[in-house]
Amino acid sequence: MYVAVKGGEEAIAAAHRLLAQARRGDPAVPELSLAQIEQQLGLAVDRVMGEGSLYDRELAALAIKQASGDLIEAVFLLRAYRTTLPRFGSSQPIETAAMTVRRRISATFKDLPGGQVLGPTYDYTHRLLDFELAAPGEAGRAPESPAVTPPRRPETEPLPRVIDLLDREGLIENEAPDPADRRVGDLTRDPLTLPAGRDVRLQSLARGDEGFLLALGYATQRGYGRNHPFAGEIRLGEVEVELCPEELGFAVTVAEITVTECQMVNQFKGSRVAPPQFTRGYGLAFGHSERKAMAMALVDRALRAPELGEDVSAPAQDEEFVLYHADNVEASGFVQHLKLPHYVDFQSELVLLRALRSQA
Amino acid sequence: MSGYNFAFLDEQTKRMIRRSILKAVAIPGYQVPFGSREMPLSYGWGTGGVQVTASLIGPDDVLKVIDQGADDTTNAVSIRSFFVRTTGVRTTARTREATLIQSRHRIPETPLRAGQVLVFQVPIPEPLRWLEPREAETRKMHAVEDYGAMHVRLYEDITRHGKVAQTYDYPVRVNGRYLMRPSPIPKFDNPKLDRNPALLLFGAGREKRIYAVPPHTSVQSLDFEDHPFEVETWREPCALCGAAGVFLDEIVVDDKGGRTFVCSDTDHCAERRGRRSGIRP
Amino acid sequence: MTDESPLLSVRGLTKRYGAHLGCLDVGFDLWSGEVLGVVGESGSGKTTVLNCLAGSVEPSGGTALYQQRDGRRVDVLRMAEAARRRMLRADWGIVHQNPRDGLRMSVSAGANVGEPLMALGQRHYGRIRGAALRWLETVEIPVDRVDDLPSTFSGGMQQRLQIARNLVAQPRLVLMDEPTGGLDVSVQARLLDLLRSLVADLGLAAIVVTHDLGVVRLLAHRLLVMRRGEIVEAGLTDQVLDDPHHEYTQLLVASVIHP
Repeated sequence: MYVAVKGGEEAIAAAHRLLAQARRGDPAVPELSLAQIEQQLGLAVDRVMGEGSLYDRELAALAIKQASGDLIEAVFLLRAYRTTLPRFGSSQPIETAAMTVRRRISATFKDLPGGQVLGPTYDYTHRLLDFELAAPGEAGRAPESPAVTPPRRPETEPLPRVIDLLDREGLIENEAPDPADRRVGDLTRDPLTLPAGRDVRLQSLARGDEGFLLALGYATQRGYGRNHPFAGEIRLGEVEVELCPEELGFAVTVAEITVTECQMVNQFKGSRVAPPQFTRGYGLAFGHSERKAMAMALVDRALRAPELGEDVSAPAQDEEFVLYHADNVEASGFVQHLKLPHYVDFQSELVLLRALRSQA
Repeated sequence: MSGYNFAFLDEQTKRMIRRSILKAVAIPGYQVPFGSREMPLSYGWGTGGVQVTASLIGPDDVLKVIDQGADDTTNAVSIRSFFVRTTGVRTTARTREATLIQSRHRIPETPLRAGQVLVFQVPIPEPLRWLEPREAETRKMHAVEDYGAMHVRLYEDITRHGKVAQTYDYPVRVNGRYLMRPSPIPKFDNPKLDRNPALLLFGAGREKRIYAVPPHTSVQSLDFEDHPFEVETWREPCALCGAAGVFLDEIVVDDKGGRTFVCSDTDHCAERRGRRSGIRP
Repeated sequence: MTDESPLLSVRGLTKRYGAHLGCLDVGFDLWSGEVLGVVGESGSGKTTVLNCLAGSVEPSGGTALYQQRDGRRVDVLRMAEAARRRMLRADWGIVHQNPRDGLRMSVSAGANVGEPLMALGQRHYGRIRGAALRWLETVEIPVDRVDDLPSTFSGGMQQRLQIARNLVAQPRLVLMDEPTGGLDVSVQARLLDLLRSLVADLGLAAIVVTHDLGVVRLLAHRLLVMRRGEIVEAGLTDQVLDDPHHEYTQLLVASVIHP
């Protein structure tokens, strides 16, 4: 005799307790501190801040700890927290030209004013597992090589941008700022409507999943919407965030954040009325996130295809395809929702299928 | 839950959602875009329904949450506890006692009454999505009532199978105007939508749309004159309470393929059993 | 309701693509029951004219007054998109050069022909299917193919299917873009015969855009000759083709290869 099963509530509570146990792991192993995560898993923290759309290293570290290292889950935690925060206002646009640069490279010129500053990068490392890192007690040991002090950059001499050099010659398309009274779209407040302006597109890409954008950017390089990119400039460093409160009437610095900026120089375009110029793609990410910034710039440029009179033939150029599927919190939720019970709908299908089979 | 507003959302957001709801009620069946927020529950797991409920719920409300018709499936438990944590509001399993009901995939068997609000969780709000993937195009189709393509789908089903193959999330025409998806409720529940005295609200968080069927509004399931809409039937009544004419879940009881059928709506079933035995379990 | 005023009056239709001219100052009248041919080579602007009328291209100037079923005239080029789509659905047909552009390739032939009826509110499966079967017969598609997908049809049959789909809702005006383009010569001949009898039987008005003089000779009552975006000659088909005045028309006529 079948008896209806009850006890879902207790099952969930028990599942939560199991999860907390799994998250902590073996109690004999020291617990992770937020400082350790923030310092030694800094690139994970950067990614979570970027896709979580919230610049707070400590909170991001907490989210990573709570999510047992599942970065998309950590992004979700940060986004949900962000929803509850009050809005004071919008900052001034950050001025990346005034960045305190720690790393700046350009693939378009061998040398340029200010030089190629390599900074901290994995680019030229040999991907050989370093077993010295696995040795216990490493934390207390002094490093073998002397600490590197990056050259101090005099504050009066910001590093000029490669793009500006091309711009002065008229070789690259002008990126004119919008009129001051035009309201910037805000994806965190308003739903996406298409066609989207470039501001909303870039917001969507900035929050978008790095893997998704990486794949799309890669696809453009392989011919699915090729636009002949060159890395005009990639820079990493600190910028000031300024807020202009109404009561004061002038801007005050409220924070200093680390960002990675990538400016791609793309396929030149001309027409009968205008001489040919290089076109642009732009990427910007929190923290040290070069792969993200570069992929974003490739996709940004691809999405500009209609505006530049190019055929839209590849997924990376399809605004609706890219913007609707870039958000990994949405994607993860919907994909995983298939785990939810669907037995009522399945029952309806069973009823129909059996009926059709009995007819045949 | 300290540090959070009543029902989690800030008051500005609630106001924004209520304005969207009002617009939806004013245009029955029309999908109103709204600024969906990230919630502490996954997209695809009911955030639209949760935002609608959160924007309406007040301290005097009595909340019921069901999934697949049952109060204690995991997702219903999770959502109900979210609202308990963020509002402290009284909850119930009894449809008759609830003022606000949030549901995934079913409409309660107990008839609703004026003053109750039923909130549906919607995964994909757009009925034309499978025929036309572009949002820009489907919005135009709704604007000009270009719904021929939907009937084409039904026509093809009848041609291929002799009957319409859509068994849940069955498309309906609201107030004789807008084509709407009622969310993945079984078509069995569609007739309950028609002229229901309660307010029916539909929330899609990930797709960022809200739509509504106001009380006493006509809701007609699409069909052909010579192939009228029909609902599922079972050969036997509920094994626990004997109800017929309700949606039954199929339970596999042994490894020889033995099956039994019981009410999907656990409250309705419990109430019937309570009436028969004189006690309410 | 008499036929005194034209069904469609086009004046000053112009389309510029930057410095390039799509069409310039095109004007003509079209009456019910008559077929107007628009001929010219590639780049003549004939397809631009069609696209402006169909709404797939935004003209730079001009008017196109269409007389609706209720007698009122409306400028098609200035209609709101919603109203225009409704009108296209109910009153006009568009036969594309490539039938795949005018069909749903993933649903059956019957569904393709039945859709305009369903879009107009018909709700009886049996009657819709009956109408589809009758139309398949009319366009000489074997009726046992009613449940097959158009992707299994030959090019000629796909084109016939597109024609059936366009005519089932009894439009008053049909735009045709190279209706026989890409088809074998013998298939073309049969299709033209079919179109001619349909147009006559249904009293349709049609605008047929083509580079093929043989097509207009057979189908069109009147003719517009276009070159580099402008109309260079207009008149009754036989008169224009037998006695061309403009040197370009003479060139066109002379270049037709006679077997």
